[in-house]
Amino acid sequence: MNRTVEIRNHPRELHHFRLRLAIGGGFVLLLFLLLFIRFFYLQVSQREHYHTLAEANRISISPIVPNRGLIFDRNGEVLAHNYSAYTLEIVPNKVANLDTLINELSTVIEIAARDRKRFKKLMDESKRFESLPIRTRLSDVEVARFAANRYRFPGVEIKARLFRQYPKGDIASHVVGYIGRINDKDLEQLEANEDLANYRGSQYMGKIGIEQSYEKELHGITGFEEMETDAAGRVIRVISRTPPISGNNLTLSLDIKLQEVAEKAFGDRRGALVAIDPETGDVLAFVSKPGFDPNLFVDGIDSENWDLLNNSIDRPLNNRALRGLYPPGSTFKPFMALAGLELKKRSPQYGINDAGYFSLPGNTHRFRDWKAGGHGYVDLHKSLVVSCDTYYYGLANDLGIDNIYNFISQFGLGKKTGIDIEGEVAGLLPSQEWKMKRYKQKWYAGDTISVGIGQGYNLTTPLQLAFATAILASKGTAFRPHLVKQVQNNKNGVVREVVTHPLYTLDLNSNNLAHVRNALVDVTRVGGTAALAGAGAAYTFAGKTGTSQVVGMKQGEKYVESKVQERHRDHALFVAYAPAENSKIALSVLVENGGHGGATAAPIARLVMDYFLLGKLPEEPAAKTVNEDEESAHD
Amino acid sequence: MIRPLPLWHYLTRYVDGLLLGGILLLMLTGLVTLYSATDANLNRVTNQAINMLVALAIMWLVANIPLQHIMRIALPIYVAGLFLLLGVTLFGEINNGARRWLNIGITRIQPSELMKIAVPLMMAWYFDKHEATLRLRDYAVATLLLLLPVVMIIRQPDLGTALLIAASGFYVLFLTGLSWRIMATLLIAGAGSLPILWSMMHDYQRRRVMTLIDPTQDALGAGYHTIQSTIAIGSGGVLGKGWQNGTQTHLDFLPEKSTDFIFAVFSEEFGLVGNSLLLLLYLVVIGRGMIIAANASTQFTRLIAGSITLTFFTYIFVNMGMVIGILPVVGVPLPLISYGGTSMVTMLLGFGILMSIQTHPKLVKT
Repeated sequence: MNRTVEIRNHPRELHHFRLRLAIGGGFVLLLFLLLFIRFFYLQVSQREHYHTLAEANRISISPIVPNRGLIFDRNGEVLAHNYSAYTLEIVPNKVANLDTLINELSTVIEIAARDRKRFKKLMDESKRFESLPIRTRLSDVEVARFAANRYRFPGVEIKARLFRQYPKGDIASHVVGYIGRINDKDLEQLEANEDLANYRGSQYMGKIGIEQSYEKELHGITGFEEMETDAAGRVIRVISRTPPISGNNLTLSLDIKLQEVAEKAFGDRRGALVAIDPETGDVLAFVSKPGFDPNLFVDGIDSENWDLLNNSIDRPLNNRALRGLYPPGSTFKPFMALAGLELKKRSPQYGINDAGYFSLPGNTHRFRDWKAGGHGYVDLHKSLVVSCDTYYYGLANDLGIDNIYNFISQFGLGKKTGIDIEGEVAGLLPSQEWKMKRYKQKWYAGDTISVGIGQGYNLTTPLQLAFATAILASKGTAFRPHLVKQVQNNKNGVVREVVTHPLYTLDLNSNNLAHVRNALVDVTRVGGTAALAGAGAAYTFAGKTGTSQVVGMKQGEKYVESKVQERHRDHALFVAYAPAENSKIALSVLVENGGHGGATAAPIARLVMDYFLLGKLPEEPAAKTVNEDEESAHD
Repeated sequence: MIRPLPLWHYLTRYVDGLLLGGILLLMLTGLVTLYSATDANLNRVTNQAINMLVALAIMWLVANIPLQHIMRIALPIYVAGLFLLLGVTLFGEINNGARRWLNIGITRIQPSELMKIAVPLMMAWYFDKHEATLRLRDYAVATLLLLLPVVMIIRQPDLGTALLIAASGFYVLFLTGLSWRIMATLLIAGAGSLPILWSMMHDYQRRRVMTLIDPTQDALGAGYHTIQSTIAIGSGGVLGKGWQNGTQTHLDFLPEKSTDFIFAVFSEEFGLVGNSLLLLLYLVVIGRGMIIAANASTQFTRLIAGSITLTFFTYIFVNMGMVIGILPVVGVPLPLISYGGTSMVTMLLGFGILMSIQTHPKLVKT
């Protein structure tokens, strides 16, 4: 290691290298000279010319922000609109002492501590020469009062601006979303998309929901005004004007009345509901509870409200319908039953004697039924009506995970549905391949058993469950769920329908389908797990209850609902479609920590369907409020 | 007898004073210009200062590594870079029609940035290995080593970066003494492949080239940049309009004025005098790089030092050329002055290598 060899400078080679380097140096000098000549040309020879041009640039082009497109529900009810209001705005770099100025200003117009905080935050996010609002929605009296005192406040102006408003407040807030001020990250994105030119002058863009995913439609095309200004930038006269083109109006497939009924049905429960028209893929209701008031975000949310929303244990900003992952529980069983029939692992007549548990051959581990002692003799029909676990443990074992995966993934579980708002998650339909990739472990026969009742590794979103149910309702035809039904061009009034071609149609045996669908109707009748919710319905409807485990139970341990803390209780699930034939609506309901699907989730579905099919408005929420006394008694 | 060495010695042992001086002056110029370009936005200026400090720290670290070590990792870095580029092609995140980023779980990386250093390192390493017997075949292999990543990056598409990497590789070839005849052939072949390149280019890239030929053709679109920046520079005159007094800058006519077009801001406010001083300052840094290359002891260090220095020059020329309207608009920053952290780090990594070459003992131990 310490052997020192000669410096590897072969003189000839070094000479060559230095020659080349010198040539490179000459090249550098030459090109720098070229640059200098161009500088000289521009800055000395042509200086007058460019000076004149720069002066002429006092003819400034200023952007005119287009009106943002409106959002309506399917019946034309306004979900998002613009209104004009006066704002009090400050250009920070025209003001010497901002704090003094704001203090002075507050003697003329009321400025709350909240307004100040929001203004500070805006300043951090914006350029110094931008005009930033410190107060919005001034009353006429306030405008008049400021006008009289205007001379005292250079750099402060009253401007008429358009504001976005969401008249329905927190109803459908996760769908409609909100706009917010354009931040640095948005700017980068716009720049990369080469959209920056069209956003010169725009201060807001969609941040979430429809407002975000349809930003391109809603924003519109910025207009321009050519103005002559003096040296200080003040406008002397307008030379020409290219009017802006308003953004396109959107008509959602959502029925806001139905949405409202659904949200009210939840009471103060947390959860999600997605209702789809199985014939078109129109999303009729899309609930994630709790919601939030999108109006808070429009002008930059203040920190108190933000903390309140962001730190809440109920996580109101989380879109549960789109991004919440839950085991499907027994709502998985109709698809399992269909798989058993289609793949000829079960006939409708085949039955088992359910003793309350299932064991793999040569293994003592007991997979227990939810009902101790079992359901007695169970065939396919009864297995769905009473939601027998043992039947599906055995079926899952006979099908094997590959068959389950291949068959049920046709119903869209485990992959994104492709709905037209951003942020959807794929969920998880487990497979051998997935387990190997994720855990580097082979698939065990025991893994399959709990998958058969929708537990195990299974994870679905309420949206996926609704999508799968809609396919069942339409007897195998899948439509991509979509929230936007029509786009109306604001320039020429042309209405573009969102195309609703089927995505695909499953080739299912109609007898098999009928067996499963008939059983699902009986679920909502006397003797079924959703009999309570089905009682007295003026139409036939099909459904399946489900329970999705939150806390794992040990072998032999019994789940006693009243003994489990409210947040650790199982989630209640219900999927349904109605009427049972030629269905108009298919839906999924999830009630977090709601316990059994039949008791808390199914009644919500009933209220929604009653309204949608009969126009009946419910008198009170379906989900009972969590009884606090009862809770503390068990703590 | 080993005397305890003072901290100062540890800090400066492997730092080249002249190079560092030039870099710091350029960075200062950058911050001053940025302050004006962002309309006195102290946040942006502070961010950039932090970028600079991080980059300087990286430069210092690299300067402390003897070149033998760097040479040893040339091949692994290059191969890793190729795989990452392949990863981008296959799994890269599509961002606005271009696949440049690769999500590796913890963070997103842009492998093409890594290749800016890896390609010249690899080529210099290769020529160092085959130093004794340089044949045409070796040049063919080296050219392949260069073209592979360049083509992959063109396809992302990222023309600016591909161009700079191609240049850095070409400089290595040039400095090894590639015969003029072959270079002429390459040049003709390159010119011949222009139509192919044109067909591979995206609409926005073609638009930029067309704009160079006639900027007024698209005065409010792609040509807007060039028109406004030449007005800014021309109206700056000999002495400039003064710091923070550029009307083009402050009445918001200049686009991308803190990043790729920051030179227009500088030029408008400091005029021909400022431009000349800036060119001189750049010349000092380039000259120092050349001297380090000329005095380097091995084929590897010579080639890498020469390539880094000439690539640095290429950045300057391409950026200024684009701002003054003699080159098409490609996304190349003005080194040490434009706002942005990534290119700053890459740049100073190169200078760290230069310093290491200059300050470590020139005797090679094996």
